[in-house]
Amino acid sequence: MKITRREFFKLTGLAALAAAVVGCDWDKDPVISYPLVDAKEVTTICPYCSCGCGAICYVVNGKLVSVSGDPDHPINEGALCSKGASLLNLNTVYNLRTHSPETNPNRLTKVLYRAPYSKVWEKKNWRWAMDRIARRVKETRDATFESQEKGVIVNRTLAIAHLGSAALDNEENYLLAKLMRSLGIVNLDHHARL
Amino acid sequence: MTNHWIDYQHSDVIMAIGVNTAENHPMSMRWIDRARERGAKLISIDPRLTRTAAVADLWLPLRPGTDIALLGGLINYTIEKELYQREYIVNYTNAAYILDSGYFFADGIFSGYAEGSYNRDTWSYELDTEGNPRKDPSLQHPRCVFQVLKDHYARYDAETVCKIVGCSREDFELVASTYCATGAPDKAGNILYAMGITQSTHGSQNVRATAVLQLLLGNIGIPGGGVNAQRGEANVQGSTDMAMLYHILPGYLNMPQGMDHPTLADYNAKETPASSYWSNKPKFLISMLKAWWGEKATPENDFCYQWLPKLDGKNHSHIAIFEAMARGEIQGMFVWGQNPAVGGPQAELERKALENLDWMVAVDLFETETASFWRRPKADPASIKTEVFLLPAAASYEKDGSVSNSGRWIQWRHKAIEPPGEAKSDLWIADQLYKALRYHYSLGGVFPDPILGLNWDYGQGEEEPDIEKVALEINGYEIENHKPLENFTKLAADGSTACGCWIYSGYYNDLEDPPAKRRIREQKGIGTHADWAFAWPLNRRILYNRCSSDPSGKPWNPKVPLVFWEGGEWRMNDVPDFAWKDNPPENTAQSPFIMLPELQARLFSPGMADGPLPEHYEPAESPVHNVLSSQQNNPVITWWQGLGKLATREDFPYIGTTYRVSEHWQSGIMTRNSPWLAEMAPEMFVEISVQLAEKLGISNGSQVFVSTPRGEIKAVAYVTRRLKPMQVDGKLVEIVGMPWHWGYRGLFPGDSANVLTPHVGDPNTTIPEYKAFLCNIRRA
Amino acid sequence: MSNVVLVDTQKCMACRGCQVACKDWNRLPAGVTKFRGTYTNPPTLQAHTWNHLVFSETDKGRWLFASLSCMHCNDAACINVCPMGALQRTKAGTVWPDTDKCIGCSICAQYCPFHVPQVSKATNKMGKCTGCAERVSQGLKPACVTTCPNGALLYGERGAMLKQARERVEVLKAQGFSGANIYGESEMNGLGRIYVLTETPAAYGLPEAPGYNATAWVWQLARRPLGTLTTIGLFSGLVAGFLRWRGERMQQRRGDYTI
Repeated sequence: MKITRREFFKLTGLAALAAAVVGCDWDKDPVISYPLVDAKEVTTICPYCSCGCGAICYVVNGKLVSVSGDPDHPINEGALCSKGASLLNLNTVYNLRTHSPETNPNRLTKVLYRAPYSKVWEKKNWRWAMDRIARRVKETRDATFESQEKGVIVNRTLAIAHLGSAALDNEENYLLAKLMRSLGIVNLDHHARL
Repeated sequence: MTNHWIDYQHSDVIMAIGVNTAENHPMSMRWIDRARERGAKLISIDPRLTRTAAVADLWLPLRPGTDIALLGGLINYTIEKELYQREYIVNYTNAAYILDSGYFFADGIFSGYAEGSYNRDTWSYELDTEGNPRKDPSLQHPRCVFQVLKDHYARYDAETVCKIVGCSREDFELVASTYCATGAPDKAGNILYAMGITQSTHGSQNVRATAVLQLLLGNIGIPGGGVNAQRGEANVQGSTDMAMLYHILPGYLNMPQGMDHPTLADYNAKETPASSYWSNKPKFLISMLKAWWGEKATPENDFCYQWLPKLDGKNHSHIAIFEAMARGEIQGMFVWGQNPAVGGPQAELERKALENLDWMVAVDLFETETASFWRRPKADPASIKTEVFLLPAAASYEKDGSVSNSGRWIQWRHKAIEPPGEAKSDLWIADQLYKALRYHYSLGGVFPDPILGLNWDYGQGEEEPDIEKVALEINGYEIENHKPLENFTKLAADGSTACGCWIYSGYYNDLEDPPAKRRIREQKGIGTHADWAFAWPLNRRILYNRCSSDPSGKPWNPKVPLVFWEGGEWRMNDVPDFAWKDNPPENTAQSPFIMLPELQARLFSPGMADGPLPEHYEPAESPVHNVLSSQQNNPVITWWQGLGKLATREDFPYIGTTYRVSEHWQSGIMTRNSPWLAEMAPEMFVEISVQLAEKLGISNGSQVFVSTPRGEIKAVAYVTRRLKPMQVDGKLVEIVGMPWHWGYRGLFPGDSANVLTPHVGDPNTTIPEYKAFLCNIRRA
Repeated sequence: MSNVVLVDTQKCMACRGCQVACKDWNRLPAGVTKFRGTYTNPPTLQAHTWNHLVFSETDKGRWLFASLSCMHCNDAACINVCPMGALQRTKAGTVWPDTDKCIGCSICAQYCPFHVPQVSKATNKMGKCTGCAERVSQGLKPACVTTCPNGALLYGERGAMLKQARERVEVLKAQGFSGANIYGESEMNGLGRIYVLTETPAAYGLPEAPGYNATAWVWQLARRPLGTLTTIGLFSGLVAGFLRWRGERMQQRRGDYTI
């Protein structure tokens, strides 16, 4: 049964009466505290689209607890879209069963290695991986290096490809641009062209 | 972007063409809405009623791949109704230039065409006896650019345009009369575009068409105007500036070509124009070489010019790389924060090509489809030889560094927390990689000099590199004392300065208070926020801003003056983009485009691979014949071997088009692993019209197969009224729309739309044609 | 004076920042969903989804967006029917769920005309929008309002928001939306969310004449005299247990989506 507007008013009157008789104990607010009082605030820029919105990372005891729009930022003035508002998830998610925060279980936290013809990833340490990668790069580069073409010095290899990234910072991209060119890599592109 | 996000508030009409701005750049709507509160109109040009179209004042549904037809129609409307800004185009563009008498255009082909490419000699100006282009400021000469432009686009009459585009005459007239009214000197029209424009076999010409229209209407260089490419990634501007592309070095210096540039002298001679700011190019290149090879780079050895690799005259873009990989010519690959197994065109071809690699190094936050190609559905790991290294990277707030937004603002991100587990910043990974390589080359190897000689000292051992050292190197410093350079005007070609990327010079010129870290909001002004971060070049926020005032220096729109002449001096709300010092308006009235040799903008451009004026061609796969000429496709398309057979209209009758949704980002590897986003958009779906669904017996929410000659995918059907069949040249054409964010990994795996897209791209950029292809669809 | 959220549906571009910012602030997990032929997802509010964006298509091909969350009704069914007194009116005028008192009986879920309160199977507690009481008490706006990119969600004193809503309706009418109207001014004796609509409430999935079953009143009267924990303990053992079972049954039959 839906109540009509008329019945509604009747009932509201009754409610007022009941409240007056019984006495309402809810005239004070529930105890609510602001959870970010002691959080450290660190400014960042959203890593998704190219609007360049500012966000604030709230950090408590070295853990990220919330990411929200930076109110001082002139482009977004505190606002964020769904992707921007979800930034916490790249590091921390809430468990569906316990509602507790945990590191995003899909994040890569170890070097993974897949040997030729293998069906599995193996966990490796950085030192091993860097040494092995350097050996493979050197092997390929040295076997395919072209010093000259028709009498012109060209110093390149066409056998290594490098796909860089718009997800990396400027300084990172710069170092990679420098390093990869020093190796003679010319098959070098990234998704700016996609 | 010529302008920037906040500047949208000054627009009078905003036309979003080939961009779904509300969904893919939601914060743009904050500033578009400010403009609309003043009465501005938002026009959305899109095949689907998107979230942008849903809130726009006008929506014109356009058949995918017909942007030039529509923009050509608007150019014609502007000229026919004399809505162009005459004083602007006479002074600020090449409208008055008289063309070479050998130039012609006939039946879809420009002069100089032979066997799949153009000889561009006739796309040039007639010169006077002193070698300067001849001009006719009255714009009457039959061979002046304006008259040629007028003739060219006279063919784009409203009836023809509607026939090609598939829109109604009424919609076209409404869009034309609304947008072209911004030709009034005090009105600002703003064109926003993104991948809907670029992902085409005539994508560069799509962009050119927006530029031509904006120039005719006097909308470039003014507040609220511009051609605003809304870029798709937080730092795709920066990664492009830093030359993560085969054809350039940092700061848009062309890569040396073996045949053209055997020596530094050859490079400088051929690459340095006599006029324009590019006449300083040797300073930029030599300073970069000094940054890279430091003391090893001397005048005697041409500053180690020969240590740079040289190109072989061939294409080495994404498509070309995967074609070479499919042929077995590439043995090893690095892939950082990128996922071609989902994002690349003709994805199955690219996934299969990866099997030819001996080794792959992938660096990411999550396991990408690319890194796990060897265990993709239906693959047999036991037959795949590739050795794969998957390195765990830090997220954006787990490290320090700067990113450049679409408005060229370079902004600093501070490290908030440690990365999880053993994840590391890409800077650290690059540093360790170099150190490992240096060690192995110190033991010997083929031509180790450029590696061992690299100027590389950012940190000891396994510590996090000092990013400030990298930033200083990009900004540039004096060799003698390592003091930061104020900006690129201080660069020299004698080896006394080092600068990693000249256009960034100035972003980190004060180690105590680096401009990229500045956070001072403008208190009053026009929204330039000059002390918030740093915009390249020289902290200039609106490019070509000499055009914001008339030749005498008076602002076209006095309500929003940008750079203007008052009381015998230049007054400015932005860093001027012209030689303003000690230069009264008359001296700069005909040189507002300082990066072009003409110093004036090009309505007619001699520099394109596929024509000096944008011309409509059908996409590589199209359900109809070209109405405008007998030339069906762009005549200079590269037909890659991997593409195979094109789809036929009989077997694949529907237009397929791909796009993104607000809740996901690119190949989805970050967003599909973010539970809050994944729960909102969990599964791959395809959008089809109610009419098509009825015809094929497909119900909303049911499973369907979509196919092209490249492959087949399964998805959930979304039957919607937001997508309607179009009347194209008397034929009813249906569109199948699909987002491309899914793959076989992540929280919610799904098929990738790019299994369907073709390995074919634009002749200038090789950006693939994701936006228009032919497909079929059936019930699963 | 109470504050309300003003939802300007014609400004909303459905970026769903509100839906996610709510989860960030309130520390809510995500669930497992499916694509069901609409962008609306999760399809209903849930114990761990307190704000969601409803996408609706009209026959004429318009696409409508409405950010949906607890309406914080002035005459709130949930407050009236909760046997535990777990729902309380704050000074700001919002309806605050006291999770410590909640026994997960689902009665509120049955009576709410907007299907807002939902009980989590994982925690056996009802979850719904708290009006961001912790933020509001600090002078901040609710998380959903703060994150909205272009002012489709506003927050302020009820009278001022209503005035603004009326002005927007006039603007929209002038733009050709002849059916522009305000929702929430008088519904349920006034809602804590005022909507500016350009179509009928039903077109946005909102009930045209929201109300609740008058038997709810029995609870209101029955609960008050029994206002001690001892009697509630006795009472809930017998009745609420039964009603919880019934509530779950009803929810399952409605096909609501809860985890």
